[in-house]
Formats: sequence, structure tokens, C-alpha cells
Amino acid sequence: MSVNLAQETVSYAPAEGALSSFWLLIALPLVSAALLLLLGRRADRWGHFLGCLSVGVAFVLGLVYFFTLRGLEESSAELTLFSFMPVSELQVDVNLLYDPLSSVFVLLITGVGFLIHVYSIGYMAHDPGRRRFFAYLNLFVAAMLLLVLGGNYVMTFIGWEGVGLASYLLIAFWYDRPAAATAGKKAFLMNRVGDVGFLLAIFLMFATLGSVDFEDVFNGVPTLSEGTVLAIGLLLLLGACGKSGQFPLQAWLPDAMEGPTPVSALIHAATMVTAGVYLIARSHEIFSANETAQTVVVSVGAITLLIGCIIGCAKDDIKRVLAYSTVSQIGYMFLAVGLGGAAYALGIMHLLTHGFFKAGLFLGAGSVMHGMNDQTNIRRFGGLFRYMPITAVTFGLGYLAIIGIPPLAGYFSKDPIIAAAFARHGWTGWLFGGIALLGAGLTAFYMTRLFVLTFLGPKRWTEDITHPHESPATMTVPMILLAIGSVASGFLLSLGLVDYLTPSLGPETEVEHGPLSHLTVTLLTVGVSVIGAALAYLLFRRGTALEEQPARSPLVRAARANLYADTFNETVFELPGRLLTRALVYFDNRGIDGLVNGLAAGIGGGSSRLRRLQTGFVRSYALTILSGALVVTAALMAVTFGS
Amino acid sequence: MEELHLPPIDYAAIAPLLLVFGAGCVGVLVEAFVPRAWRYRVQVPLLLAGLVAALIALISVADKRVSTAGGALAIDGPALFLQGGLVALGIVSVLLIAERRVERGGAFVAQASVVAGTDSDRRQSSQPGATEVYPLTAFALGGMMLFCAANDLVTMFVALEVFSLPLYLLCALARRRRLLSQEASVKYFLLGAFSSAFFLYGVALLYGFAGTMSFTGLREAAAEAGSEDTLLFLGIAMLSVGLLFKAAMVPFHVWTPDVYQGAPTPVTGMMAACTKLAAFGGILRVFTVGFADINLDWEPILIAVAIATMLVGAVMAVTQTDIKRLLAYSSIANAGYVFTGVLALSEEGVAGTMFYLVAYGFTVLAAFAVVTLVRDADGEATHLSRWAGLGRRSPLFAGLFTVLMLAFAGIPLTSGFTSKFAVFSAALGADQVTLVIVGLISSAVLAFPYLRVVVLMYLSEPAEDTPTVSLPGVFTSLALVIGLVATIGLGVVPGPVLELAEQASSFIG
Repeated sequence: MSVNLAQETVSYAPAEGALSSFWLLIALPLVSAALLLLLGRRADRWGHFLGCLSVGVAFVLGLVYFFTLRGLEESSAELTLFSFMPVSELQVDVNLLYDPLSSVFVLLITGVGFLIHVYSIGYMAHDPGRRRFFAYLNLFVAAMLLLVLGGNYVMTFIGWEGVGLASYLLIAFWYDRPAAATAGKKAFLMNRVGDVGFLLAIFLMFATLGSVDFEDVFNGVPTLSEGTVLAIGLLLLLGACGKSGQFPLQAWLPDAMEGPTPVSALIHAATMVTAGVYLIARSHEIFSANETAQTVVVSVGAITLLIGCIIGCAKDDIKRVLAYSTVSQIGYMFLAVGLGGAAYALGIMHLLTHGFFKAGLFLGAGSVMHGMNDQTNIRRFGGLFRYMPITAVTFGLGYLAIIGIPPLAGYFSKDPIIAAAFARHGWTGWLFGGIALLGAGLTAFYMTRLFVLTFLGPKRWTEDITHPHESPATMTVPMILLAIGSVASGFLLSLGLVDYLTPSLGPETEVEHGPLSHLTVTLLTVGVSVIGAALAYLLFRRGTALEEQPARSPLVRAARANLYADTFNETVFELPGRLLTRALVYFDNRGIDGLVNGLAAGIGGGSSRLRRLQTGFVRSYALTILSGALVVTAALMAVTFGS
Repeated sequence: MEELHLPPIDYAAIAPLLLVFGAGCVGVLVEAFVPRAWRYRVQVPLLLAGLVAALIALISVADKRVSTAGGALAIDGPALFLQGGLVALGIVSVLLIAERRVERGGAFVAQASVVAGTDSDRRQSSQPGATEVYPLTAFALGGMMLFCAANDLVTMFVALEVFSLPLYLLCALARRRRLLSQEASVKYFLLGAFSSAFFLYGVALLYGFAGTMSFTGLREAAAEAGSEDTLLFLGIAMLSVGLLFKAAMVPFHVWTPDVYQGAPTPVTGMMAACTKLAAFGGILRVFTVGFADINLDWEPILIAVAIATMLVGAVMAVTQTDIKRLLAYSSIANAGYVFTGVLALSEEGVAGTMFYLVAYGFTVLAAFAVVTLVRDADGEATHLSRWAGLGRRSPLFAGLFTVLMLAFAGIPLTSGFTSKFAVFSAALGADQVTLVIVGLISSAVLAFPYLRVVVLMYLSEPAEDTPTVSLPGVFTSLALVIGLVATIGLGVVPGPVLELAEQASSFIG
């Protein structure tokens, strides 16, 4: 894609050479998923290898395409495969777009996805449904790749729905556990709320612009009224919130922990939750055109990051703490893409670094659970450093990265976002900057609490655990690789990512200095983080109570209850919904069914009465025929002589 | 005395007819001279070969449009298309009739009057089964083909009797439930004779009116006549009664359920597919060639008949408890749908009607083929309660039957949908809005009994005595495959056949 500032038009170059085959990226995992599902038990023995292979090859292809794209001048490649919906005005093609933005997502999805696949070989080794699990993982990756490679909003939406389906299948993978089944359903339903928003946005685009192609939509934005742009933006945002677990649709994300741990890693690091950020970054032409929409995005991001931090402090379940940390980190990304301008690239950069350290943290958590009989309560961990050194070190690096300690990855990606927030005009800069800064401190606090309670301090294990063990190599090797990524990715990305993304996200504008200089913000951030971490270390280095203590302050109570988000959803949405359903069922039973049943009874009754005419006597049949003949003749006569 | 000149005959054009009748005649000789033990092995290939040869002959003369044998026969588009359909459906029927694996000796006995369970019956069941059915079938099919091509009233009447008489006999030859079978045969014969009398009376009146038997002459005479010619309209009324009886239209349908139930199931299948096709072939020719330009308002009466047929057939099907009777009433309602295509009185309507007849024929034959397979110790288990839970016992056949039921109900991607669409759109094109509305309502009502069978098969617990589905032999399997392929094929890609029907939709004369 090239952006010509003079004409403000967007156009994509057709795919040529090596890039003309980039549809393979989607096809490979998709075919693998289909094979694994269709072959059934015959693929049990080797299915997981096929699953890993397909994603691994896709990653290698992704690298090839990445370097091919770098060598091109147009830095975009569009591929139209076939016509999908040729309905008079509505012409939707299956077309794919490969540009810098898609390319980094492809590398993240296939790269981190591949490591998670490899890790799953070990993690799911004893599960009888391992082949099915890999089929769903592949489906997930394929859908996510379609989402980021789609060349129009309908293609993106298909991938979007595919991701929703795959996440449902994976979260509820252990469907015989009621908690998992409910969590799957909850994720699906809350996603649907967002999906409706996305779908309405697409309808609106078609109604106002007559097209859903990225090119046409982006070029058409200036012709639209301000209200329409705002409406499209907010509807897209609703979709993004659903998929990314942002306020007010964040409640499903922590429950999604009921799925196997690699799924959590995949959802939180490489796929699903990043979809919302992708959608907003991809639609930056729409959001940049309307300041109100941007403000809403920034507010959603700020609120969510705070919510995630506060609840994260109150949780005792290792995976739930990580889940809420995801909620808050995605909040940072929303904050960044909402700020607009150069911050789009910062959001994407944080997304990439987050992909490394969050995947590492989740795989570490899975490794801990693996050694601790699948327990997740950090109050009953402690002192695991000695027993699981590799897990502890890799987890520790991820932990340092997420709290933004230089020179690890999180520092390079989070710090500029906070600085950009402070740089916003007027009092909102102070507000959002302050929230982001506070969030950094809280993140340091709860992540330190998590790390200290798990790996340091005294053992507080339950009786049935005698000697926790380190995980096998298929699990530790991905963790080590991700840990390396957590250390180095930030610095490496800071060298050139922003420039690389320019063709996709618009030219970089000089970041204005806000009231605080960049150096001040950096010092503040690191300082706040260190204070938060030190506080947590001092409080928890000697362990903690084995059971949850009664909460003394209302804030703790609220945080433990997920800030009453579930209660809110239940009373505001579920209850009226249930009442409405009951009313509709009543109306359906009495009104509509009454009509239908009455009609059916009438026909049945008529049929029974008519049946009596069918006596079986040939003489009465002959009489019927004769009367019929008479009626026909009489009618003919009436017609003839009557007229 | 004047010398008698034989009219020239285009033998190529009537070769298909000659081949089928020839196969019948040779079959009679086989019955006379070939030892009993060998007859089955000779008769079946002979008849199938005759039919296949007739099909090939038909394809080779597909472009002929001639009136031959002194104007007695019109070999035109509709005649050839319908004859082709008849031969194709006839082959499938013969496959069903020839099945001997499901029932030892086949579904027919030579001496149906032997009381079941007596010594002579046991002797009969140890002998190879009846083979007289094959020449009878050949004559019936030949008569039907002649009926579709008949271009004057006498030929039409002869053809009518030629295909009716063997059918009366075939109805009586069931191996199981002989009394029911014979009762069906007698009823069919009595009422058939009754209706033939109407037909013949109509022919006489029309001859009295026009002084000619040929449809072309009739049309010319009718076009000039005033509307108050008693001979003409009485003749039309009587002729219609005879034709509507064969097509099983209300109120001339009363024989259908009893005969369909009592007749041996393969014969029922043949009647539902082939007889119906032939009857409508005759109706199409009479109403579009004979009375096209007539100055008489007979349409409203036939519209009323069509409406009554669609409604009575559908409503009566709702409370049936026997699968064969259910299919009988469904065939009555379907006759109503076909008639909407006829009443469009356009080439589009002719094409739609012909397409409908062929598509429906394949589906109904396959449905009756499944009926022959659901058996217990007493033969076919046709009571619907016995079909409960069949989906668990035999998922394959229940699935197949479900597809056929969905086709009957007119669900898209089956031939039932495309054929209904063809006739209804033709009727709409001719402004017959009432007919189409009634047709749709009737289809909706009729979907209930079809789906009830599906529900019964899948959602009911199988009873202790739920019959099993017998493993079909090669013949029935082939018939089932053909039926299923045609049902799905004509639903998914109806284009080629529909196009063929459109090209063949204009009559000569």
C-alpha cells in the first residue's frame, strides 16, 4: 500500500512472484485441521506432528514472504482468488492483502503459534483427545491468519468468526467439565455481542460506500459525514472490544482459562485478543478521521488497563492473574492505537513484544501446573525455583519484561506508550498518562506477587505433592525461545518497526512533547515499577496465608468479585434477556403455536372425516366417479349456457 | 370396390414402440417354449435389452418430428421426450419387478388364486416364481408409449386398453397378501372399465360432432363450432373423465389408495411413475392439440379439479397409517401439481409438466423400492407404526428414504424443488395465481406426513418387533442408486434435462 499525501488515496499493488502464493499461509493449517478431523483415530499417532509441521512451514513461508515484501517498492500485495458474493450491487471477492501490518502479524501468529504447538505435544501427551486438540489449534491459526490477511472487511469477518468458533471449541475442550463448558459458552456469547457490532459496521460501510474493500472504504472515508464515520468507528470498536476482552466485554477472557493452558497462551499472546488491536490499526483511516472515536478508544483502553491491574492484584489463581494482566496489557495497546498518529506503531510494537513474554509466562504457568498436579493456587506454591530452574528463569525473564525493566522487551514498548499518553493535549494527557503510569506500578506489584509466591519464599504445598519435576524438553525449549524473545525483541523492534509499518499505518508524525520530557516519563515509569515490585517483594517474601483471608476494604472485595462485572452482566443483560425469553415462549406457546396447532388439528379433523368416504366398496367408488362426471358435465353446461 | 391403400409408415420413428412390443411378443414365446427353470434367466435380460434398445432408438430419432401411419401417430417432441421418460422409468420398474433376493421367487406368483398355506401353495412356492409378469410389463409399457404418441381418438383408446389390461393382471399377482391384491385388481378392473366406457362415449360423441377422429380435424371443427354444440361439450366432458381417471385426479381418484396398497409394490411403483406419466402425456396432447382453439370455457372446471386434487390428496395423506396408502395420496396431490403445469397451456407449461413427471417418477420408484425392503416374517411391513425407530436399525436406508421424502416435500437441492418450481413458474407465467397459491398451501400440508415418517424413523425408540431392512439384491440396489442419483442430480443440475424438455415442448398437428 502506498499513501500519497497529495491525493490521499489508498491503493494496493497486485501480488507478483513469490508473493502470489501467500494464500498458502492460510491453506496449510486449514488443510491440516481438516485432515486431522476427517481422518479421526487413524491420525492419532502422528496427528500432532502434522499439526506442528503445518504451522512451522507456514512460519518459514511467512519469513520468506516477509523478506520478499521488504525488497519490493510497493510494499503491498493484493491477491484476488475468486468471486465470493456476486449479488448485483454487492460484489465481494475472496481477496487477500499482504502488507507490512499483515506481515508482522503473520510472523507473530505462526512463530509464537508454532512454539505453542510444540509445547502442546508434551503438555497434552496424556490426553486422549490430543489429535482433536491439534486440529482445533490449527483451525485457530488458520482463522487468525485469514483475519489478518483478508483484503476486505468480509474476509476479515470470516476469519473473525472462525477465531470465535475455534476459541469456543478450545476453551470448552474438556467439555465434560461444567466450568469449561460454561466458560466456552460465555466466551462465545460475549464475542457474539462484539461480532454484531462488527457486522453492523460492515453493513453501514456497504450502505454508505457501496463496497467493503479496504481500498474503497479508506478512500471513501473523506466523503462520509462525521456522524457516519463515528458510527462505523464505534461499531468497529465494539467488535474489537468483544474479541480483545476490553471493557465492557472483558468478562469472558479470564474465564477462558478453563481451557488447556496452551490455549490460554495462544488466545492471549498470538491470536484472538490481538484481533481487536489489528482491526483498529487496519482501520486507522476511519479512526484518524474522527477525534471522538479516537477519544472513545483511548478511554476504553485506559479503563480496561486499570480494571485489569486492580483485579490482577486480588487473584490467587496463577492463570487468572495472567489473564487479567493480558486484559490490562491489551488496554495499553488500545490506548496506543486510540492516540493515533505515531502511536499506532507503538501499539503494534507492544502487541508483538507482549506476544513473546505473555506466551512465555503462560507456558511457564502450564509448566508449573504440570509439575504441581494441575494446581493453580499461588498460595499453595512457593520455593519452586529450586525444583524447576528452567521454568523459573524463563518465567522470571517474562515477568521482568512485562513490568518494563530495561533493557527487556516491555520497557521498549510500554514506555513510549506512556510517554505518548502524556503528550496528548490538555488535561486528558495528564489523565491518560497518569492512568498508564499507575497501571505500570500496579502491574509491577501483582506480577512480583505472582513470581515471589510461586518461585520464592517457603514451600506451602498441599500434602499430595512431594517432588515437583521440571517439564520435558518439548515444553522447556519453546519456553527458552520465548524467553529469549522477551529479552531481545523490544530492542530489536525499536530499531526499525515504526518505519517498516509506515506504508500500512501512515507516515510518522513527530511526537510532540507534552508537559513532561521523554526522559522524565521514562524515569517515572521505571521508578514506579521498581517501587511496586519492591513493595510486593517485601510483603510476600515470607509467603502468605494458605487460605484467602476475609477482605477488609471494599476495594479488595470488589476486586475479588472481578469489580462486579459478572454481577453487572447478569442483572443488566441476562435477567431482562431471561424475562424476555420467558415472555416470548409464553407468546409462542399460546399465540403462534395455538394458531399452528389449531390449523393442524383442523386439517387432521378434516382428513379423518374425508377418510370415511373411502369405504373400500367398489360400488361407492363408482358412485363417486359417476357423480364427479355429472358435476363436470353440469358445470360445463352451466358455463356454456349460463354465459 | 375401391382399392385399399396402406398409408406409408416411418418405421424409424416408431422403432422404439416396435422394439418394446417385440420384446413382449418374444416374451410370450419364451413362456411357451422355454423350460420353466430357465425362463427367469431369459425373460429379464430379454426385456431389459428390449428397453435399452428402445432407449437407444429413441435417442437416434430424437430430432424427428413426423406424423406417421396415416396420421394415427404423432412422433413429435413431447411424444419422444415422454417415451424416453417412460422407457427410462420402465427400466427401473423392471429392475424392481425382477428382484428375487429379497423374497424367494420374487414378489409374484403365477397362480394367485391358490389359497395361501395349502399344499398346492407349498408346491407353488417350491417352484420358480412367475415369469408372465415380464411380457405383461412390456405390453403395458408399450401401450403407454403408444398412448403418448396417439394422434387420434381411436388409437388413443386402443393404447389406453393395451396398457390397462396388463396392469389389471399385474395387480393381482402378489405373492403375499393375495386377497388384498386380488381385491385391488378387481376394483381397478371394474372402475377402469367404467372409466373406459366414459372415454369411449366421449370418443363417440366427438366423432358425431366432428366427423373425424384425428385431433387436428377435431381442433379445426371445434374452432368453427359455436359454444352451444351439445355433442362437443358432452364429448369433452366424457373424454376428460376417462383421462382424469387414469391420472387419478379428484374426484376420479377413489381407486388409487386401494389399488396402490393392494398391488405388489414394484407394480405400484410402476403405476405411480409410468402410468401417471402416460396419462398426463395423453392429457397434454388432448388439451393442447385437440381443444386449444375451442370456443368453450372448460378451463374453470379443470382448475377446480386441480385445486380439489391438490387439497384432497394432501389433506388425506395427513391421517394415513400405511406407507403405501400415504404414497398413494401423495401421488394424487402430485397429479394436481402436474396439472397446474398442464393448465398453463403454454410451451413452458408443457416443458415443466414433462420435467415434473420424469423427476417425480424416479423419486417415487426409489421410495417404493425402499418399501419393498422393509420386511418382517409376513412380507413387507407397510404399517407406519412398524417403521418407528428404523433410523437406528438401518441408518443407510432411513437416510435414503429421508432424502426421498425431502424431495417429495420440495426441499431445494432435490428434484422435488426444481420440478415444483418449473410447473408453478409456468402457471404463474400464465396468470394462474390461484392454482399456484393452492399448490403451495397443499405442499405445506403435504410436508407434514412426509416429515412425520422421517420423525418416526429417527426420533422414536425402535420396538422389539421393528422390522429389519432386507439387504437388496443387485437389481433393487441399482434401482435405488438410479432413483437417488436422479433425485439429487435433477435437483442440483436440472439444466440439461430441463433444456431437453423445453426443446421438446411443441406438439405437431
